[in-house]
Amino acid sequence: MLELITFSTLNGLLYGMLLFMMASGLTLIFSMMGVLNFAHASFYMLGAYFGFEISRRIGFWPGFVVAPLLVGAVGALVERYGLRRVHRYGHVAELLFTFGLAFVLEELVNMFWGKLPVDYRVPPSLDFVAFRLFDTTYPAYRMFMLLVAVAMFAFLIAVLTRSRVGLIIQAALTHPDMVAMLGHNVPRIFMLVFGVGAALAGLAGVIAGPALVTQPSMAALLGPILFVVIVVGGLGSLAGAFVASLLIGLVQTFAVAINVSLADVVGAEAAARLGDLGTVTVAQIAPVIPYLLLVLVLIFRPKGLMGTRET
Amino acid sequence: MSEGAILSWRSWAPWVALALALVLLPRLLSSGSSLTMMSLMGIMIIFALSYNMLLGQTGMLSFGHAVYYGLAGFVAIHAMNAIAQNKWAIPLPVIPLIGGLAGLAFGILFGSVSTRRGGTVFAMITLGVGELVASSSLILRSFFGGESGITANRTKLMPLFGYKFGPQIEIYYLIAGWAFIAILAMYAITRTPFGRMCNAVRENPERAEFIGYSTQTVRFIAFCLAGFFAGIAGALAAINFEIMNALSLGAAQSGTVLLMAFIGGIGLFWGPILGAILVTFLQVTLSDLTGAWMLYFGLLFILVVMFAPGGIAGWLALHGPALRSGRLGRLLPAYALAAVPLAMAAAGAILIVELAHHMLVKASSDGSLVHVFFTTLDGASPWPWLAALALLGVGAALTRLAWGPVRSAWAAVHAASAPVDGPAEAAVVPPAAQGVLPT
Amino acid sequence: MSAVLSLADVHKSFGPTAIIRGVTLNVPTGERHAIIGPNGAGKSTLFHLISGRFPVSSGTVSLHGRPITGLKPYEIYRRGLSRSFQVTNIFPRLSVYENIRCAVLWALGYKYAFWLGVDALRSVRERAEAVMTSIGLTRRRDVQAGVLTYAEQRALEIGLAIAGGADVILLDEPTAGMSRGESEQAVQLIRTVTQGKTLIMVEHDMSVVFGLADRISVLVYGQIIASDTPRAIRENAAVREAYLGQAVH
Repeated sequence: MLELITFSTLNGLLYGMLLFMMASGLTLIFSMMGVLNFAHASFYMLGAYFGFEISRRIGFWPGFVVAPLLVGAVGALVERYGLRRVHRYGHVAELLFTFGLAFVLEELVNMFWGKLPVDYRVPPSLDFVAFRLFDTTYPAYRMFMLLVAVAMFAFLIAVLTRSRVGLIIQAALTHPDMVAMLGHNVPRIFMLVFGVGAALAGLAGVIAGPALVTQPSMAALLGPILFVVIVVGGLGSLAGAFVASLLIGLVQTFAVAINVSLADVVGAEAAARLGDLGTVTVAQIAPVIPYLLLVLVLIFRPKGLMGTRET
Repeated sequence: MSEGAILSWRSWAPWVALALALVLLPRLLSSGSSLTMMSLMGIMIIFALSYNMLLGQTGMLSFGHAVYYGLAGFVAIHAMNAIAQNKWAIPLPVIPLIGGLAGLAFGILFGSVSTRRGGTVFAMITLGVGELVASSSLILRSFFGGESGITANRTKLMPLFGYKFGPQIEIYYLIAGWAFIAILAMYAITRTPFGRMCNAVRENPERAEFIGYSTQTVRFIAFCLAGFFAGIAGALAAINFEIMNALSLGAAQSGTVLLMAFIGGIGLFWGPILGAILVTFLQVTLSDLTGAWMLYFGLLFILVVMFAPGGIAGWLALHGPALRSGRLGRLLPAYALAAVPLAMAAAGAILIVELAHHMLVKASSDGSLVHVFFTTLDGASPWPWLAALALLGVGAALTRLAWGPVRSAWAAVHAASAPVDGPAEAAVVPPAAQGVLPT
Repeated sequence: MSAVLSLADVHKSFGPTAIIRGVTLNVPTGERHAIIGPNGAGKSTLFHLISGRFPVSSGTVSLHGRPITGLKPYEIYRRGLSRSFQVTNIFPRLSVYENIRCAVLWALGYKYAFWLGVDALRSVRERAEAVMTSIGLTRRRDVQAGVLTYAEQRALEIGLAIAGGADVILLDEPTAGMSRGESEQAVQLIRTVTQGKTLIMVEHDMSVVFGLADRISVLVYGQIIASDTPRAIRENAAVREAYLGQAVH
């Protein structure tokens, strides 16, 4: 039991940090530009595939560095030549544009790498056991992922609180209408934020690819959960996104580990009257939990956990 | 015209034409495959129009509209099975009504939590609700039938006037009848006080609150009605295919209906009809022709969002004033001039996609020969690639050049159509002809 | 004379900043009441508080003797208070006629009806046409509201406010940005369309204010420093000092 709790906590934190790597970019882009980037998870997918392609040709580490940069460049180009054009038609058009982009990116990945998962491996230098606890081992690669996520988190905080661009971004978070009046080159900052957000998602993809499954549907599987994270956390709140990421990471990881159904708790006879609901295990409903959480938050706390804006 | 009548007698003409067309089409296109396709088109027309009650009319972007289509389809399947089993005296043509009521019920249920806000927040919530239902559907196996879905046999229901609805032609007429009713009803709703207020909420939700309307209530009613009509479409799909599975309420189906409505044009009532017909036709034919058809859809959608946010219908409607003033002819030379390089660019792009698709997906098993545009090319040689690139590049450059004449032709037509005195013709509202997107 | 609209010690703060600092005001039925004051005094904010756009921080707003504090804008509208906006706030891609028609639907009781043909509702058509005539936009009936001239849009803005027949009308700077000729026309228009109603307006143009108002309140830094007839306001020393000194010669 203790073993289960320890490892689930570790894995939950890891998953939560990965979610935050993406949710932070998504939140920044949404708060500053008003654009809900439907294709954000697609950048994560691109990161994984770029990482895979580079690692099989050159090696994991070059991919680790170059793939996020490539994804960031793709993101900046998308902003410059796509989003900026659509901007004048309003936010819904921007959202539709990113929706179409997600669609096209998935099809392109399908075409280049096929519909089946690709064999993106953990590099040999990280392929060992980090520690052993109660007869269960924990891979070093997962510790590495956690480390990268934490480093990224520290980097993000440093940039936001110490640099000039960070201050502008913070100002934009609280007073979105004011920044344009301060005389900053807003289009350029938008391009930068979009590019950096994409690069962060790409980085998440590069490190998650070998540990999870690198496949064309990975974006469609993760994208909606990211939206849940930023709504549950509170739109426009980075701290909220952080809390919600960890919450959803932990809840989902623990749920997967719990193999109990209502039938086990209340007895098979009572559960039989509930039909399917009586026999499904908590692990089976794990995929539903984030969305259930979303609906509950919308009913009981429309501002989100830490948001200031009413959703 | 009596007080409160929705349609005047004068406006009946297009509906008579539509009814005649629906009745006569199977005479012209009587092959099995065209009947199947037209049946599907009828279903998708209802579905896309119901979607546009949200997006086009009220400015609500939904990413989860298939929920109401799919859930109603499952209710319809179960209803068919229950009716057949218990030998209730309910004929098949009533099933879509049951589906509609199911769609309405789910619309009320989910609408009450999701319509508090409009815009982007609404979009996110519909996505979440869509995923909630889609992921639940894989768990609740007895209702959704797991991966394989649930089947029914439509011929087991009570026959109506001797029809058992086995042959596709009978199903076509069933769908056509319901499509006619649904199209008429949805059009009529746009001409009611509620329908006009939907447009007002789309245009300026804040001001709508200051002329007495709760925007939340307007959105909620629109959402429920859209659920009702999506439910009719879902039930018709259940009847048509005799099977429902979880895919029909998933994100891909929700995306498809968005694509249909938007490509057709959300600013005009008949835009989604056009979109449903076109996209269904392309889905059926393109998927036979090329493996990259989904990619073409995505690219087409992006192009429409970027360059023609009014969709095809919006673009066509731009020509209304010129047509009425008899000046459409002046546009044609410029269009002809631009069409050639545009076709070149498109051909180049298609060639690249086809070559790439073949080399990446099929070359390992089928060799490097690619059949495209009625010829055979060798994807392993650089020449087809260079030719395709050249086509695309030169075509794009020439299109840019040809844009000048198109623009000046438009300016000339505009200037000639707008009389100097009196109400400026150009400014007269063509019923929401611009591709109006909510902001 | 009973007050149709009254404010009792109304406060409004945005974060630490107090914008409205204890406003008490009674407007009797049928009065034309103007609120004047320097920029940033909180005039528009006061209107937003009365019409329900912002919630008050404390205090009470009453309409026809019943508190309306905390109600939604549409609930306040349904109790008989309608308003216009300083920044033109119309339905830009609907025609002039559609704009006005939307604004009469609720008042005529058609609410959310999705079973009645709106084109065939004679009462709606007649009311909308009457409103268009009174604001002088009949000739522009089918023109998209977004392409009207500025003065026409301001007239439409007033039309939207009066179309429903509310008995209390709030006009927020109805002549803002107009030329002298246009604003004289606007005064005439306001005078006709608010006949027999209670009118409260925020206005910068002193000739408009003194031409229209029965009574004037002066709002300075979120407080009303004087509320009296135009003649008395003109001679009020505190007002002259705080505000009119620069504006009226």
